[in-house]
Amino acid sequence: MNDTLIWSVIVALGIGTYLIRFSFIGIIGDRELPSWVLRLLRYVPVAVMPALVAPLVVWPEATGGEPDLPRILAASAALVVGAWRRDALASIIAGMAVLYLALWLLG
Amino acid sequence: MRSTTDRSAFFSGLRACAPFILVVVPFGMLFGVLASEAGWDFVQILAMGFLVIAGASQFAALQLIGEQAPFLIILATSLAVNLRMAMYSASIAPHIGPAPLWQRALAAYMLTDQTYGVAINHYTMHPNEPWTRKVAYFFGAITAICPAWYASTLAGAVVGQAIPGEFALDFAIPITFIALFAPALRSLPHLVAAVVSIVVALNLAWMPYNSWMLVAAAVAMVAGALTEVWVERRGA
Repeated sequence: MNDTLIWSVIVALGIGTYLIRFSFIGIIGDRELPSWVLRLLRYVPVAVMPALVAPLVVWPEATGGEPDLPRILAASAALVVGAWRRDALASIIAGMAVLYLALWLLG
Repeated sequence: MRSTTDRSAFFSGLRACAPFILVVVPFGMLFGVLASEAGWDFVQILAMGFLVIAGASQFAALQLIGEQAPFLIILATSLAVNLRMAMYSASIAPHIGPAPLWQRALAAYMLTDQTYGVAINHYTMHPNEPWTRKVAYFFGAITAICPAWYASTLAGAVVGQAIPGEFALDFAIPITFIALFAPALRSLPHLVAAVVSIVVALNLAWMPYNSWMLVAAAVAMVAGALTEVWVERRGA
């Protein structure tokens, strides 16, 4: 009984997500976008990702939504190292290292 | 690959995206583990990983299916999480737009947070590269991430319940997103956009179906663009 629901979600979510991804790449093609659109698009990464991440940092699911010092420290370390070194891997390593260290010391 | 420079672009995309294998693997495994714990079979877990390739929405769907939510609520919520990819698609279209349809269709399939983040950083630094190199770079990034995603989803399904909670893998997700945007905080407009994004998101997090995410992103984009205009006028 649950199988029908699982399969319908898998297929519908797969198709829907593909259409979202294909939308502009497929339709707009090599036509030029107006400069004000390009100006807005420059800020897509720094507009979307912080919004996605901020609630996960402040109210982590693992603690049932309670603010958690190790996770806040880990996120801050990832942010500072990432912005300073301009290096995603260094940012990830710093974040996870601080997370495990803080969980071990404070947990 | 058309030429040796395209081939070198392919490999530099591969190298640039390779570090994210470390992040994608726990994410894929975690999905496999949680889905198998929820009673999904191998084929279902792999089909989800193969067709959707969008971790956050997969977790949203997994959770809501577990809660026996209505089909349309599950679909709308999970797709809302993925709406940010329309903005990725729009952002990357000017760079790979001249490519043939089949190449764009394939690129769209693997337009993820990681491949997009790595590619757009490269395109921003090398805006005048020919599109063949840009496409080759993107396919290199895909080649780094794609097999790792499938394999880790499968491994997670196999490993099942063997990963204990104290590994705090839940937090690999936020760390990934931070690692993807932090290196882009290179100017005042970028900084303003990020701060506005965080403030709006935290204040609107009560809105249902992740809709706060899209509101925060839209407001932050405008804030970044307006700051850019302001900085240019002051400089002029």
